[in-house]
Parts: sequence; structure tokens; C-alpha cells
Amino acid sequence: MSTMSEALQTFLAESRGLLEAMEEGLLKLEEIPDDSEAINSVFRAAHTIKGSAGLFGFDEIVAFTHEAESVLDKVRDGELALSEAMIGLFLSCRDHLSHLLDLLASDSDADDETRQRGDALVAQLSACLGGAGSRSMPVEQEAVFHREGGDGAQGDAWHVSVRFGRDVMKNGLDPASFIRYLGTLGQLSHVETVFDAMPPAHEMDPEECYLGFEIRFHGEVDKTEIESVFEFVREDCELRILPPGSKLSEYLQLIHELPEEDLLLGDLLVRSGAITRRELEEGLAVQGQESTSDEAAPPLGEILVERQAVQTELVDAALAKQKDVRQRQSQEARFIRVHADKLDSMINLVGELVIASAGVGLIAGRNKDAAMMEAVSEMARLVEDIRDGAMRLRMVEIGETFNRFRRVVRDVSKELGKDIELIISGADTELDKSVVERIGDPLTHLVRNAMDHGIESAETRIARGKPARGSLRLNAYHESGSVVIEVGDDGGGLSRERIVAKAQEKGLIEDAQGLSDAEVWNLIFEPGFSTSDAVSNLSGRGVGMDVVKRNIEALRGTVEIESRAGSGSTFRIRLPLTLAIIDGFLMAVGEGHYVVPLDMVLECVELGEGRSSDEPDYINLRGEVLPLLRLREHFGLEGPVVRRHNVVVVQWGGRKAGLVVDELEGELQAVIKPLGRIFAGLRGLSGSTILGSGEVALVLDVAQLLEHARLREAEAVSAVSVGRTSERTANAMTG
Amino acid sequence: MELKNESGRLCPEGELTIYSAAECKDALLAALEESDGLEIDLGSVTEIDTAGVQLLILLKSEAKRAGKTLTLSRHSAAVIDLTELFNLAGWFGDPLVIPAER
Repeated sequence: MSTMSEALQTFLAESRGLLEAMEEGLLKLEEIPDDSEAINSVFRAAHTIKGSAGLFGFDEIVAFTHEAESVLDKVRDGELALSEAMIGLFLSCRDHLSHLLDLLASDSDADDETRQRGDALVAQLSACLGGAGSRSMPVEQEAVFHREGGDGAQGDAWHVSVRFGRDVMKNGLDPASFIRYLGTLGQLSHVETVFDAMPPAHEMDPEECYLGFEIRFHGEVDKTEIESVFEFVREDCELRILPPGSKLSEYLQLIHELPEEDLLLGDLLVRSGAITRRELEEGLAVQGQESTSDEAAPPLGEILVERQAVQTELVDAALAKQKDVRQRQSQEARFIRVHADKLDSMINLVGELVIASAGVGLIAGRNKDAAMMEAVSEMARLVEDIRDGAMRLRMVEIGETFNRFRRVVRDVSKELGKDIELIISGADTELDKSVVERIGDPLTHLVRNAMDHGIESAETRIARGKPARGSLRLNAYHESGSVVIEVGDDGGGLSRERIVAKAQEKGLIEDAQGLSDAEVWNLIFEPGFSTSDAVSNLSGRGVGMDVVKRNIEALRGTVEIESRAGSGSTFRIRLPLTLAIIDGFLMAVGEGHYVVPLDMVLECVELGEGRSSDEPDYINLRGEVLPLLRLREHFGLEGPVVRRHNVVVVQWGGRKAGLVVDELEGELQAVIKPLGRIFAGLRGLSGSTILGSGEVALVLDVAQLLEHARLREAEAVSAVSVGRTSERTANAMTG
Repeated sequence: MELKNESGRLCPEGELTIYSAAECKDALLAALEESDGLEIDLGSVTEIDTAGVQLLILLKSEAKRAGKTLTLSRHSAAVIDLTELFNLAGWFGDPLVIPAER
């Protein structure tokens, strides 16, 4: 049944969220050991996971979490001080739980190794408790019951009365598991099953639940804990809990409130040992008298409140708690879970809408119908808003990904024996969900490398006059239509000599003459560069850097390195903001249409008349040399040659170039469709889009084109004499 | 769940849970209607949940109402476990054979 697996999915998703909260709390505790907020959040996470796992009958998780919770409870009560070793232990417990959840998700059983690890952790946990055993062990209990009068009902047991709602089982929950779970908190001394609500056979729906239970329960718990057992069915069951030592009158009230007949219930209670037969008879008789002697007899509840003033306070407290819970729930309700596929299909549709509305706009323009054009422009504005809204739905903050590295940094720095601090900034920078998911691995690689090879050991750092504690920076920000993620360290920086030596040894370069620093740094991304001995001799941060670069390029991103000897290096990853719809700038060359992302377009200038294709490819743009890339020649296009060309100045990653095109056609919204597999080898194109007219335009990959232009520029600079260059640029200016 | 029906003796196999409750209910009630005395052999029930127990309660009540006898026999470990949790063994009134090793 799908509901069951949905419930399980929810459980898994929630538990994973809780584990993240747990980790966050623990790492916070490492900095501020007595942060009570953090202790509470760790405890709550463990407690809730245990509770929900209990409902699903995942005994292994319950048993394990219980041990951890017991220790946490002591910490929360201030009985145990939280040492660094304990935080480490809890982090291991968290990992173990996460592993158990993974096993659950893949529907496989724990192997021996997992079990052994679990046992070892449990042993360590109980060592923390000083071997005192865990919380639910039946502990000698002080007599807490204060009985009024000598009526001999069993005063030391909780009485839990629960009637399950009809739909509980349909919702994928089994009432039995709640009772089993209650049993794990203490001891079920007596259970009575109430099934009077069950209709005759032909009306009975076997998938509905008609059962109720009267439970006597021994355990050192408080009312909230019992309530939390039934948390999952809170809305869907009637729950009444009488604390140990409840008065007879309260039991009478319970009898009165329950849907079943009074006498029958009374019998049940007698059987379960809550009250004695004599008490029941007397109690019901008294109640009967009261109601017959006075027509307008006050409700039982009122009588009770009158007799025991304490009750009102209890009621108030309960009400306040309920309100609190409700508020929290309404806050939670501000978020909804949506399947990613639904979102994708919506964005697809929005894409089609964008294309369709462009088509409408085109026809309206052709017909020169003013009213129509007005309506179309209004619609276009709305479509644009919808598009932005839809894209924003996919945007997530990068903070969550960054926070994962707190743990990585902690573990790796322990492993390496270095003291390293992680500084996160720009955590609220948003980027596309699919990008966030795929950037994790390359980032982990960079972070690990920075810690391993970038940041020096404490002794070296002190010797170099730096603070002993190294720092690693993760930063993110938006820049002209792209997102920039930086991984920086304050270590020794990359060593030019060593990288050059390594590259020569590997045959990647002949010699380093004429190579800029940036070019040398880029060598570490070469596939041949990374070898295992590169790790040990600090010649570079070789391990798998080519994989990092490939991963980033697969996201249409680029990576660059900034490094200063002695003061550290920064890896800067630049990623496109979104992968699906862009604001584009449309241009024409020959008979074809081309689009570049509008964010990358700086300006458009006219190119001098009559410049033939064999002339050098650069112009003087307000004193700056701007390399030109003639799209006509680059793509080998034919078709009528126009007299005047235009230059579209584009920028990407701090580099500029001019694209020479025939015509400028203005802005458009482009829905990027990937090119087929056969075009995979094509350099300079990143996709296609459909214009309103139905024609296809190709989306240019500016990063690749700029790389091409840069190479041409380098060639040109070495080939052409300086005098000739200035003459030609002067020409370009006047023309 | 599979039902093996011999005369006067039903032997449900596999799960007696919410997933199979609807079909079980019809099959079991029909069997009860046809006979005067029915025995349900629970030996092959590998899994039972609240819905399953609830169904047994219904059958037992139905039999009582109609003046027929319904016997539950050869309870499997899963059935015993839940019957005991719900403290229903007494109400069902059928002898429970508790395996020596549990």
C-alpha cells in the first residue's frame, strides 16, 4: 500500500532533517559547551527519532537511540558535563543512526560490522553513565501518590485511555505499535481492549479502526512523554491520561466522558485494577444521586474542579501547551514538500508559455493592432513574472551545503592534527537546486585539499608569524548572472616552482617561460598531473583536481585559482545561476540566429565599414584592447555578406571579448533546450532555443568562445608588431 | 493472503494485515456463514497487525451472536504476540499453545 511507504518516506526525510539538526547542535556545543539551546535541540532530535522509529517498529533504531538519549538526558539535567570526547561520541552515534536509516531506506538488514559498531557505541555510552544503566530501567520509585481518603485504588500506575480514530490504519499507522512503544517507556501492567464501537459485520470496514484501549502503565515518565507516544495520531485519537495517584472521582469522570456505557467501562477499570468494585459502585451511586436530587446538576467536570482547585491549573497548563503545539504546527505548515518532478514539469510548461507568448507578440507586431499589442505586452509582463517565480521555486540557499562542511572541517582537522576554523559567508546566496546537489562533491574535494595541503601545521604557521589556528573560508555571492563560490585558505599558497617542475616531469609543458601565474595554477587541473606522490611532496594539490574541474564544467561553470605565496590561495568556482530559462540577447549572422545570456552582454558597438576578414581581430575600445571573434568565420557560415558589422561586447569571469555579428535583434526570453548527443563535441554552443516565429536559435557558450578569443589574442600579440597594432586600432576607432 | 479451505477448517496463510483485511473479511465471514462450527488455523499467519486482530474479534463476536462456535487454533508466534499485547487471549477463550522457546 502506498500510504505506508509514504509514511516511511516522511519518517526518513524527517529523521534525516533531525540528524542534521543534531549535528549542527553538537558542533555548536563544541564551541560553546554549555549552550542549553543546543543541548536541547540535540536531545529533542534524538527523542523524536526514537519516538517515530518506535511507531514504525524499527526496534534497532529505538534501542540504539534510547541509549544515546539517556546520556543526553543526564547532560540536559546537568548531571553529566559534556566533554569533547562525548561530543565526538555523539557525532559517531549520529553517523551510526544515519547509516541505520540508509539501511532502512534500501530495505536491507544491518551487517555484522554495523552491529559491532553499534554495540561498541552503546558500550561507550553506558560508560558515560558510569554503568548506571539507562533511564527506563525500572528504578526504585519513591511513593509519589497522595491519596485522598483511604480508598484503595492502585495509586502508582498511570492510567492511559485511548480511542483510536477510524482512519488511523488507513493512514498507515498500526495502533499496536503505539502500545508497544509505550511499553518500551516502562511497563504495561494491564491492557484492556475496547471494541464496543465495532459495528455489525456487514457494516464493518476492515480497514477502519474501531478499537480503544484502557492501559495501566508503570514507568518513570511524565505526562508529556506519554502524550508524545501518541504524537503521530494526536489529531486522530481521543487520549486521556490519569497520573499515578489520581483520585477516584477522576476515574469516575473518565468513565463518564468515554463513549462506552458507564457500567461496562467501570467493569473494565475494575478489571484493569484502576479502581475496586466497591469504589465503582459507590461512585456511580453518588453521581446518580447528585443528578437526581437537583435537576440542574452541575457537570461532573465542574464538581471536580470545585472540589480540587489544583485541577484548574492543570487544565490551564494543558491548554497553554496545546496552544503552543498548535502554533508550532502552523509555523511548520509554512513549508510544503513538493516532488521535484512536479516542479520540473511546471517549469517546462512555463518554458512553453514563454515561447508561445513570444509568438503572440510577434503576430501582434506584424498586424500593427495597437490594442492587441498593449494586451500582449501586459501578458508578456505577467509571463515574465511567472517565469521568475517558477525559477525562484527551484532556488535554494547554499547555506545548507556549506553547513555540511562544518563536520568535514572538524573531522579532517582532527585527523590531520591541525587546528582549523571554518568561516562561512554568503550562506543565503541562492542557486538552482540541481546545481546545489551536484556542487557538493567538487567542494568537498577542494575543502579537503585546502586543509590537507594548503594550511600548514601549527608549528610552521607560528614560525611564519601567522596565528596557529588556520582558517578556511567558504563564500558565495552573485555576480553578473552567475554564482561565485569561493574556497579559500590562509595557508602557504601554491608553489610555482614545484608545479612547474612537476608539470615538466609529467611532460605537460616544455618550460614555464612566458606562462602567467594563472596558467601555471591551471596546470594542476590537468588529468596527468594528479598522482599519489603529488600528495606527499606538496608539489601541488593534485588529488583528483581534474575530476573537480570536469564536474564543474559539466555544470557549465568554470574554476579559477588565485594564490599568493605565504598568504594562501582561493579557488573560485563560477556557475550559471539557472540551467533552464535565461534572458537572452538575440543576434543574427547570415541566416542564423544566435543568443547570448543578457547578463553577459556589456554593450554593443558598431564596427568600422569595410573591414575585411583577414584583418586582425581586435579593436581599441576606449583605450582597451578588445579581442574580436567573428562568428561568421568561427562557425564557417555562408550567406549574404552585410556591409556594416556590429560588435557585441561580452564578459565572463573577468574577461571581455567582442562578438562580430551581422545584425542585432534585441532581447528575448530564451528557454534553453539541450542540444542532442551528436552535437556534444561542438565547441562554443551550449544549447538551442525556439523563437516566437518558430525558428531555432543557437545559444552561445560564452565561456568557451572567450577562451578561443583569448588564444587568438595571444597569437595576435606575438605575431603583430606593436606599431602595426596601434595603426590598426586607430583605424578601428575612426571607422 | 491465501485461504485454504477444508470443510469446517480455514487456514489463512501469510499476512493477516490491513493490506489483506478487506478480502479476508469477506472470505472469513462467508466461510462462517456456510458452516455451524468453524475452526481457523492461525499456524501459517506470518504477520498480523491491529486490523487482523480486529477482524478476529469481529468473527468471534459474529459467531457468538449467531450461536455458532468459532475456534482459533495453532496460533503462530506473531498472533500470540499481538493477542497478548492486547490482552485478548481470555476473551477469545481459545487455548493458546505457547512454544517452549520464545
